[in-house]
Amino acid sequence: MSLPPNKLPTGPIQQAWTERKFSMKLVNPANRRKYTVIVVGSGLAGASAAATLGELGYNVHCFCFQDTPRRAHSIAAQGGINAAKNYQNDGDSVYRLFYDTVKGGDFRSREANVYRLSEVSVNIIDQAVAQGVPFAREYGGLLANRSFGGAQVSRTFYARGQTGQQLLLGAYSALERQIARGTVTMHPRTEMLDLVVVDGRARGITVRDLESGKVSSYVADAVALGTGGYANVFYLSTNAKGCNVTATWRAHKRGAYFANPCFTQIHPTCIPVAGSYQSKLTLMSESLRNDGRVWVPKDPEDCGKHPSEIAEGDRDYYLERKYPSFGNLSPRDIASRAAKEACDDGRGVGPSVEGVRRGVYLDFADAVKRLGKPAVSEKYGNLFEMYQRITGEDPYEVPMRMYPAPHYTMGGLWVDYQLQSTIPGLFVIGEANFSDHGANRLGASALMQGLADGYFVLPFTLADYLAGMKPGGLDSTHAAFKDAEREVAQRTNTLLNIKGKRTVDSFHRELGLMMWDTCGMARTDEGLSATLKRIPELREEFWKNVTISGSGAELNQSLEKAGRVADFLEFAEVMCLDARTRAESCGGHFRTEFQDQGEAQRNDAEYTHASAWEYTGAGNAPNLHKEPLTFTYVKPVTRSYK
Amino acid sequence: MRMKLNVWRQNGRDAKGAFQKYDCPDVSEHMSFLEMLDVLNERIESEGQDPIAFEHDCREGICGSCGFMINGAAHGPQPRTTVCQLHMRSFKDGDELWLEPWRAKAFPVVRDLVVDRTAFDRIVQAGGYISTNTGSAPEANAAPIRKDSADKSFDAAACIGCGACVAMCPNASASLFTAAKLAHLNLLPQGQPERLIRSEKMVVQMDVEGFGHCTNHSDCEAVCPKGISVTNIAMMNLGYVQATLLSSPREGSTDD
Repeated sequence: MSLPPNKLPTGPIQQAWTERKFSMKLVNPANRRKYTVIVVGSGLAGASAAATLGELGYNVHCFCFQDTPRRAHSIAAQGGINAAKNYQNDGDSVYRLFYDTVKGGDFRSREANVYRLSEVSVNIIDQAVAQGVPFAREYGGLLANRSFGGAQVSRTFYARGQTGQQLLLGAYSALERQIARGTVTMHPRTEMLDLVVVDGRARGITVRDLESGKVSSYVADAVALGTGGYANVFYLSTNAKGCNVTATWRAHKRGAYFANPCFTQIHPTCIPVAGSYQSKLTLMSESLRNDGRVWVPKDPEDCGKHPSEIAEGDRDYYLERKYPSFGNLSPRDIASRAAKEACDDGRGVGPSVEGVRRGVYLDFADAVKRLGKPAVSEKYGNLFEMYQRITGEDPYEVPMRMYPAPHYTMGGLWVDYQLQSTIPGLFVIGEANFSDHGANRLGASALMQGLADGYFVLPFTLADYLAGMKPGGLDSTHAAFKDAEREVAQRTNTLLNIKGKRTVDSFHRELGLMMWDTCGMARTDEGLSATLKRIPELREEFWKNVTISGSGAELNQSLEKAGRVADFLEFAEVMCLDARTRAESCGGHFRTEFQDQGEAQRNDAEYTHASAWEYTGAGNAPNLHKEPLTFTYVKPVTRSYK
Repeated sequence: MRMKLNVWRQNGRDAKGAFQKYDCPDVSEHMSFLEMLDVLNERIESEGQDPIAFEHDCREGICGSCGFMINGAAHGPQPRTTVCQLHMRSFKDGDELWLEPWRAKAFPVVRDLVVDRTAFDRIVQAGGYISTNTGSAPEANAAPIRKDSADKSFDAAACIGCGACVAMCPNASASLFTAAKLAHLNLLPQGQPERLIRSEKMVVQMDVEGFGHCTNHSDCEAVCPKGISVTNIAMMNLGYVQATLLSSPREGSTDD
């Protein structure tokens, strides 16, 4: 099947969304309760969508695998949320936010989607404040802003270091209000394990109750996935342990195309791995680079020494050396790659894990000298405490150690402008879709996109879809549901009956390390080809030799993990394939072969498109569909930070 | 380091539980507490036994999933720290530890160290929101909010819903949780129209769920990983009294 039309608006971009909203069909208020909508995921996108659809009067069912919707991983976002309010009178506008986001995405996103995102960003702040989200304020009582991620304007709204939690609690409280009103039925501890498609339309999902193990189905008139990203394909990432690709991958196997899976974001300032037992990585706010100086020893012989024994002249402040104009504030992708190069060069610091020291210093000694300890403490005190709690080291005495870690995934299921996937009736929102960030996401834009989709885009586009169809007419006795339930149950039984020798985590760690080495910060044709050969072997071993205790009829966390790792083992292949096929460097995708004196070399002539992959059956190569991208308003230029 | 663990094992809600001993001989002081359990679980599982079930997700101290008792202290010995952020350097070589799930009638044990905390969601459903539909919001800066009110509201809003307050309270009271939710909204101008009805309904729901009452032990504040203050409980009580005794007829009813 060729790629369906992307339904992008024509005409001036400034009026496009307003006009589209007017031209879309509506559902009569009295009829809305007759339509059932399933929302999977309860993060910023899922919770805001479920709450808003409930308010409108649809019959909503919302699912999450956690014990309560408030725990979705959006909760962990620290930095902030962008909005083009221009409260600081510093020249910001919807157009500027749009421009920055298209450029920041390295010209691999859709202009119309990004413009809409920028446009509704201002409504998100209004909505959140009305819900009681306690954003930072000035003494005059008005909202405070800060500049974030190298932006030249202060457009980021924040709530101390926990903007994600506060925005999610806003959406969660709106969701709980609808649950109390009976418009939304919440299904916590319930994992979606398949999408059910009937007559070419998404009509429901098959789920497993994680406490009882019961497999069942829910029927709906439309399904929306807000199930987040896939950074845990790397095993070690800043994502929560439960984050997974299962919902989107299983939808992919039912016909939804997966777009740009190789576009991943590696965050430069995370606490390095301490040992082989490491279970996840912790992000430290990017703001630390405002005052900290990044360095490694010039001589690999010095790497084992205490940093205080390394003389000033023997230190390599490599970001300041390579990028004199941006220095320590170089963008995320550039700072991350430079840290990797230094460590690959044998000049990393900190404990050696499996023979390599992977860490660089982030030193506040100069800042303490210049500003004094109280000023440094006021700005970064809570981050220093967090660092000390994890590492046992005091950043006032010893430089912090940092290393990049996978953090966010720009790729996701392909959607048109209406947020509908290639399966009619399947909508995809938030990090789970691919549409707004291109090849690189700007800081403080993830929260914005999740809430934009859930509060202000999906409720309109979903109505347009539902208005064109009659509600109901189907129940879960339909063969498609019974087949899906049988397949899910069989898969569970197969997993439990392998009774091999290796734990699920050991497979996940091996896959993750391989992906990190060859499909992480720097990728080569050779490395990707080797991994593409190795993944099917590892997958085969998994299905022969994994061990999972317990049964399927109880709370079984190993079984849950096994299902997710099995999907990562399939997904990793299309991710590597996408990375190998895209023979250019752009944003977070750096192909070592395509660089100009160390800088990413984009190839606009051949790769100004989104890559959408179609599943063609187990063991078959997926089909690639290209959606050309056009830039009418923001002309592609080369990013330079030297 | 070598740790001796006694872990509560319980197969399901209605099963009988018991402590089981585990020896952890190779613990690194740099491991988090949960990483120690990960390593133990991998060993238990490769020996064909069921791994210890415990709740966790973000492992950054913000999602509120994790939490159990370590030697009688919710989240263990380090103040202001969830168990996922607790590192083994807080213990001594050879320590013997007792791991138990949160104990409260309103938090039934699901399995091992996992409990059911959906009672918290139902307390929020009773009124822990501001009734504003998407799209109906006024311009965000139209109503300035005093910075001290906004800051106090934030201090309460920092609650991560982990349930340590309930677990540590001799009465298994959810007062600190409920009071934090109330203070977050009641201290803001947006929260005023529903302040009294919210206070009444959430306190009543807390009772319905089977949580105990507050008798000012303050153990909740001591173990709260986010340092939520017990002064919020005083505010909750004031709001409840105003709602039930001093105000009639009641104003500001909600839409449900």
